Amino acid sequence: MWSLSYISTSIDRWLNQTFSPSVALLFEAVLVILLAIGLFSVLGLVLIMMERKVSAYMQIRLGPNRVGPKGMFQTVADTLKLMVKEGITPEGADRFLFNLAPFIVMIAAMLLLAPVAFANNFQLWDVNIGVLYISAISSISVIGILMAGWASNNKYSLLGAMRSGAQIVSYELSAGLSIITIVILTGSLKITDIVIAQENGWWLFKGHIPVVISFVIFLIAVTAETNRAPFDLAEAESELTAGFHTEYSGMKFALFFLAEYVNIFIVCAIGATLFLGGWMPFHVGNWSAFNHVMDYIPSSVWFFGKTFFLIFVIMWFRWTFPRLRIDQLLNLEWKYLLPISMFNLLLVTLMAILGWHF
Amino acid sequence: MYRETEILQEPDPALEGAGDMVINVGPQHPSTHGVLHLVITLNGETIKKVEPHLGYIHRSIEKMCESLSFRQFIYSTSRMDYLSSHINNHGCCLCVEKGLQVEIPARAQTIRVLMDELTRIASHVLWWGAMAMDVGALTPFFHAFREREMINDIMEETCGARLTMNYMVPGGVMFDLHPNFIRRVKEFIVHFRSKLPEYDELVTNNIIFQNRTRGVGRISREDAISFGCTGPTARGSGISCDIRKIYPYELYQKLQFEEIIEHGTDCYSRYMVRIKELHQSLSIIEQLIDNIPEGEFQAKTKAVLKLPKGEFYSRVETARGEFGVYIVSEGGTTPYRIKFRSPGFSNLSALDHMCRGQKIGDMIAIMGSLDLVIPDIDR
Repeated sequence: MWSLSYISTSIDRWLNQTFSPSVALLFEAVLVILLAIGLFSVLGLVLIMMERKVSAYMQIRLGPNRVGPKGMFQTVADTLKLMVKEGITPEGADRFLFNLAPFIVMIAAMLLLAPVAFANNFQLWDVNIGVLYISAISSISVIGILMAGWASNNKYSLLGAMRSGAQIVSYELSAGLSIITIVILTGSLKITDIVIAQENGWWLFKGHIPVVISFVIFLIAVTAETNRAPFDLAEAESELTAGFHTEYSGMKFALFFLAEYVNIFIVCAIGATLFLGGWMPFHVGNWSAFNHVMDYIPSSVWFFGKTFFLIFVIMWFRWTFPRLRIDQLLNLEWKYLLPISMFNLLLVTLMAILGWHF
Repeated sequence: MYRETEILQEPDPALEGAGDMVINVGPQHPSTHGVLHLVITLNGETIKKVEPHLGYIHRSIEKMCESLSFRQFIYSTSRMDYLSSHINNHGCCLCVEKGLQVEIPARAQTIRVLMDELTRIASHVLWWGAMAMDVGALTPFFHAFREREMINDIMEETCGARLTMNYMVPGGVMFDLHPNFIRRVKEFIVHFRSKLPEYDELVTNNIIFQNRTRGVGRISREDAISFGCTGPTARGSGISCDIRKIYPYELYQKLQFEEIIEHGTDCYSRYMVRIKELHQSLSIIEQLIDNIPEGEFQAKTKAVLKLPKGEFYSRVETARGEFGVYIVSEGGTTPYRIKFRSPGFSNLSALDHMCRGQKIGDMIAIMGSLDLVIPDIDR
């Protein structure tokens, strides 16, 4: 089974043979940073293009089709335009916080890339508290959003930021509880362990109905956490024009935009890792012949395939559903999702103790 | 404008409580569908007061009409409610014809009613997309435009214009129907019948949409009457006010159709009135399209029209409600005074009543359900 790790290990070996270990480590760190930034921008471009094509498909139109073959460079052109635009800081805004906010949102999104396993043995940082790290870091972005809304000195922004604060803080509970179900079943917080535990079948299929429930709750909660429709109340363009980033322009706006898409990628990657086996190919119990055939597909293809499938589902939500109202949004979380996921957690714990899962 | 806003910010005995926030929604805002300026007083997310400010696109059409002849002034009414320009023109023609005492040929009457109902469908379809967009679903808008484009193409062939048709003239219609008209309308009927269930799937039966509209923006029957609401806004509150039924004009008394009345008094019932009206309009077109009588499309009228001295009033049912035309003539070639009763203005006046105590998101849904066209309100 070919994997991206072949490249990384050969580079590692070559660096360690040529330089002293500390210099090699330095080079590797620089490489990793460059890779992360590169991945960040490529992801932004690809996902924005995908969103535009998916929305065009659902809205019976063509979508961008002028810049480059099949309009593939439209996002590049847009990014160039945003780069040369003036980044206006409105008068009366808190200049420091206003300019800091997009970077906080972006840095939070970038930090989340670290524990994601893109392929077999291809991971920036296999920390032993990977899942905890993810849920901790993902709450940082709300600080950036609140900061942006408050510092803009705009009433629309303020309303958007307050909505976003209430929303992200509430939906984190459900997202966290549904992540915990998998942690209980696996018995580890480490991403690698979680993926390895799905060698004989993905948790979605092994864990009976409770895991399916927690998967659905996870999808709803992360859609809300990333401020995507039908939970895009923080932006709600028909109500609050553009919500918390009303006053942002140029590259500062682009950073918010980019961070949104990278966040989508990351939450979908985490969903794919926890419930759909990450880079693990589709294995069924002890059908060794079938499993062997599946192993021939590279692990990175499995990972990106599952992730992009989940991203498509989330985009599908956005282009079909109307938006909820703020009180309905909080009712959904506190009255329905949270009690269900708590009860579900009990079921999963029982299942894990009694060993009922496959 | 700014001065008045400042006055609003002063403590009002009716609006007690500190921490109120005043927000200007519009004149440039994605959901006001035009240059409408709403000054809303908020407590948190809850609306305490909504004050519409008008006049951003006031063109004094009524005053302009006083210097235009009885043939010319009809065209300026296309610019008022631009989504139902045919029906506006129709109302004006009826008023002038009442003064002239001319008999309209049967063919012209049929064409007029057909055009009115096509316009109503085009207007309601656009409203459906805009309403869905207001509550946050963007896709329905494009699906709505697919149908609206078909109607616009039909209009373009016959009337020569897609938005401000100016097709009706005193005595009939300006040209005869295009040879393709009947075929294309039949194609449209088949297409639209097949797409209407899609509308219900995408929006009407969606649980989020129902939650956003049910019980939101209530206005009781009595209040709707006292605010002068007409059209689907009033019929959603259980008032029978369809001019086509209660004061039938042209062919409407010979046609089989129902007046849609819902008793929910909320956004959802106003929504359902319009959705059901789409079915009714489609059935009216189906009844007429095979029975267009042969004959003249225009009655013989003089080149220069002169209305006798007196007052004339006519009313028609546009897509938004009752449209009234009041002409005072001194016996000359131009109206001495003219006044239009536009449905949007009275419907907008009920906005404050509907919005109090609701959330910001509700206000957007309520505005969507009122189907406001700002040039119709400002004139």
